[in-house]
Amino acid sequence: MHVFSFDNTFEGLLTLVFESYRLKITPDEIVGPTGSQPFLFASTTTITTDDAKAERVWKGIVAHSSEENAHRAYRVFLSELPGVPLLLYRFIRVIIDSPTNQETNFAEPSVLEVHKIHQKVCREAQRTAMFVRFQKTAEGNYYASFAPQYNVLPLCIPHFRDRFADQQWIIYDLKRNFGFYYDLKEVTRVVFDDLKVNPQNGQLHSSIQSADEKLFQQLWKQYFKSIAIRERKNDKVHRQFLPRRFWKYLPEKT
Amino acid sequence: MVSENTLEKLKVLANAAKYDVSCASSGTKRSNVSGGIGNAAAWGICHSFAEDGRCISLLKIMLTNYCIYDCAYCINRKSNDVPRASFSPEEIVELTIEFYRRNYIEGLFLSSGVLKNPDFTMERLVAVAKKLRTEHRYNGYIHLKTIPGASQALVHEAGLWADRLSVNIEIPTENNLKILAPEKDFKSVLEPMKTIASHILESKEERQKYRKAPLFSPAGQSTQLIIGATPDTDKTILKLASALYTRRDLKRVYYSGYIPVNSYDNRLPALSSPPLQREHRLYQADWLLRFYGFKTDEIVNDENPNLDLELDPKVMYALRNPWLFPIDVNKADPQMLLRIPGIGTRSVQLILLARKHTRLNASHLQKMGVVMKRARYFITCNELPMRGSVQDLKPEVVRQLLVEKQTLAPDGAVQLNLFQPTMPALR
Repeated sequence: MHVFSFDNTFEGLLTLVFESYRLKITPDEIVGPTGSQPFLFASTTTITTDDAKAERVWKGIVAHSSEENAHRAYRVFLSELPGVPLLLYRFIRVIIDSPTNQETNFAEPSVLEVHKIHQKVCREAQRTAMFVRFQKTAEGNYYASFAPQYNVLPLCIPHFRDRFADQQWIIYDLKRNFGFYYDLKEVTRVVFDDLKVNPQNGQLHSSIQSADEKLFQQLWKQYFKSIAIRERKNDKVHRQFLPRRFWKYLPEKT
Repeated sequence: MVSENTLEKLKVLANAAKYDVSCASSGTKRSNVSGGIGNAAAWGICHSFAEDGRCISLLKIMLTNYCIYDCAYCINRKSNDVPRASFSPEEIVELTIEFYRRNYIEGLFLSSGVLKNPDFTMERLVAVAKKLRTEHRYNGYIHLKTIPGASQALVHEAGLWADRLSVNIEIPTENNLKILAPEKDFKSVLEPMKTIASHILESKEERQKYRKAPLFSPAGQSTQLIIGATPDTDKTILKLASALYTRRDLKRVYYSGYIPVNSYDNRLPALSSPPLQREHRLYQADWLLRFYGFKTDEIVNDENPNLDLELDPKVMYALRNPWLFPIDVNKADPQMLLRIPGIGTRSVQLILLARKHTRLNASHLQKMGVVMKRARYFITCNELPMRGSVQDLKPEVVRQLLVEKQTLAPDGAVQLNLFQPTMPALR
């Protein structure tokens, strides 16, 4: 039994694929750097991430399928689900080993599984565009707390950069403790150690909130209440479209 | 400008606007103009869901709920004793911008009760849209209601600022409309629709010649029909909808189950609850018309003027035409695949792609998302032993089996809002 360990980055995973071809070893299990479960009778190969090797595998995926398919693999990687590195390893092998493009062969288990996780990740990214709520700060910037199920914030940045081009904003992933800051020119990745945010509802401390922020939240709550038709109340559909895990940071649901 | 007073007005005017069901924000793709605020995403984005399960994408609000008309089905009719309020254009603009900047909404849906006369009202609606676009360089979505009877020039100007225009027909036949809304007739509704349709067409042709020719209502126009306030059959309703789609090129026809807001008016039926299931079936039939290549006659006809409430219109079509089935999923062309109950547009896409690689069997189909409990009676595939196709079992038996399987009552109030950009759902 062969175990490969890598540094939990996408480039690391691509390097791993490269090494597996070079060493002619197929891993039975792929673990992260901290995943040091004792595997009895297993030999562990540690992969050192190499951008040049990763680039070759990326180009291989593009050449054997499509650019979109390579991005699909990246987005599936962002799901951070257990077992995804091994799934992606198998998926990339299927793609590269076949002389014809296999990306739409949904009868192949790894292709179908990748397709399904990809849909979940895309849906989560779209929900980020839907449910992120900015608060205005005393300085006139906009701040939003969020905690997506998958690590989709990087996928949503182009959307927010285009839409809110004339306001400075920060979107912060409280679950993974990093965020993105837009300064009217470019977006940079930021990490804060002393964020003045209430972890219960993602609200900024009132000392750094703008004076009319509470009023607009109140107006929005009132609108949310008034727009519902009482005779058509339907909790099941409500929760289906607006799952409970998002309620925490939504002013209208708190 | 916005104050505590605004809160009260917002309550009244959102309440007055809520019976308009349209909430789509799709159909326009507009990038951010440098230095401006916002953009428009082609597939539309919902930002919240109200407790009735309907999507909240736009700030749907009325400029005022004072009205000179007295339409029987409308909560804002002149003779109703309800709280009244009006927003100034500045207040609406500020609310829209502030909500938009916080990512609460995708844009504005502005409607109004009729003050003085249609033109006076329409002018005020147009003024709000113009202010947003010019003074605030706002690139987000705007949906304006066209007031029946407003002048052509104003309708034209509205189309230059808005992404979508809509005129509500509300009552599907002219006779019934005249009974319930004596001040309105079909002409006052259908004329502006015709004007809008021709302007949209002109603008499209212009833009083929000059890339920067002005857009006119780029997300098209829509309308709404109230269901269950009059004895009109589903056949009448779907015929009208189909004509609007083909002859006026409408993007959407919305169906709104009648909610007895004015129960004292004896021109209207007494309903214990809104006809949500019927509304749901009408939306399903509407989807069949627009995305599945069905004709109205195939869904409703003289023998069956109303849709079946127990089973969806596609199953009903299949049961009425059993000789077309079972269909071989490995060979049939896309048009036929779309006619199989339990197979939707997304499954068809997957089947077409996947069957190039392998012959598909039942377990493949199941994994791709085909609803096998419905589809099994209507297909054959690689290995599936098709003992029980609709041909062998007889349609009546299959009907019985399908009705029994629906253990949970289907949700009538589902507003279909699919998230995948590839899906045409929000068009």
